[in-house]
Amino acid sequence: MKFGVLVFPGSNCDIDLYLAIKDIIKEEVEYIRHTQTDLSEFDAILIPGGFSYGDYLRCGAIARFSSVMDEVAKFAKAGKPVFGTCNGFQILTEAGLLPGVLLKNDSLKFVCQTQSVKVSNNQSLFTSQYEKDELLALPIAHGEGNYYCDEETLAELKKNNQIIFTYEGNNPNGSLENIAGITNKAGNVLGMMPHPERAMEELLGSDSGRKLFASMVDYLRKVSQN
Amino acid sequence: MFKMRVYVGYKESVLDPQAEVIEGAITRLGYENISDLKLGKFFDFDVLAETEQEAIETAEKISDQLLANINMESFRVQVLEAK
Repeated sequence: MKFGVLVFPGSNCDIDLYLAIKDIIKEEVEYIRHTQTDLSEFDAILIPGGFSYGDYLRCGAIARFSSVMDEVAKFAKAGKPVFGTCNGFQILTEAGLLPGVLLKNDSLKFVCQTQSVKVSNNQSLFTSQYEKDELLALPIAHGEGNYYCDEETLAELKKNNQIIFTYEGNNPNGSLENIAGITNKAGNVLGMMPHPERAMEELLGSDSGRKLFASMVDYLRKVSQN
Repeated sequence: MFKMRVYVGYKESVLDPQAEVIEGAITRLGYENISDLKLGKFFDFDVLAETEQEAIETAEKISDQLLANINMESFRVQVLEAK
């Protein structure tokens, strides 16, 4: 099973994702440049955090037009897993692969802290290894993580159980209904502001992120057996 | 050739904390007769087109696809000059 980590000019969490898969999850993983146009060898795509294209215009707005993103859209449409964290989440909303948008934090401050995050839906391919309502300790580091969508979209998200993660306790950025992560309607594209790839070892503060990637592996194994 | 200006700003329904902070600062400067401040950005560019209508349509398409995220922003296209 092979994971691919997208690399845009300005990505800075690509190595974290790469090492999380290679060293902790122990699966095959490769970097994918933003110019690449063939994703056929990959089973799952990971979109890292950072500041793609310097966050010029809006976060994720320019990355969306990279040639690789056309392939990611096809990959997602085929039902294969796509995961984006932080800037990866922003890119997925800008690309229209996830609904809504990420606004500036309501405090106007960049937040960098360990955040308590609740698993609101453990029925997704990304969260099957977690318990429902399990509390995770995940790092967050963003200036524009304030999730927003219109009322109609919010009702859709709820109806389809697309809200996967919510902030527990304080809401660090003012996001609608404490939303920290959502999937698309089909459930195979996940975007979240917290960084599970930075919470892979208890030694470094938390291993709350491990089960997310383990859930993906579990799902991919089941798919490949059928 | 037409010189175009596109204004992009948050939709009315989206809370803009930056605008609130700036309005607060203006008030602290002593101007208490200021309200409903809006913050946005504008883009100027030239469009090679036969007619003004064609230039406007091109600018609108660019705004819709890239310059504004219509989930949270609205835009307004203006023709500054026909060259």
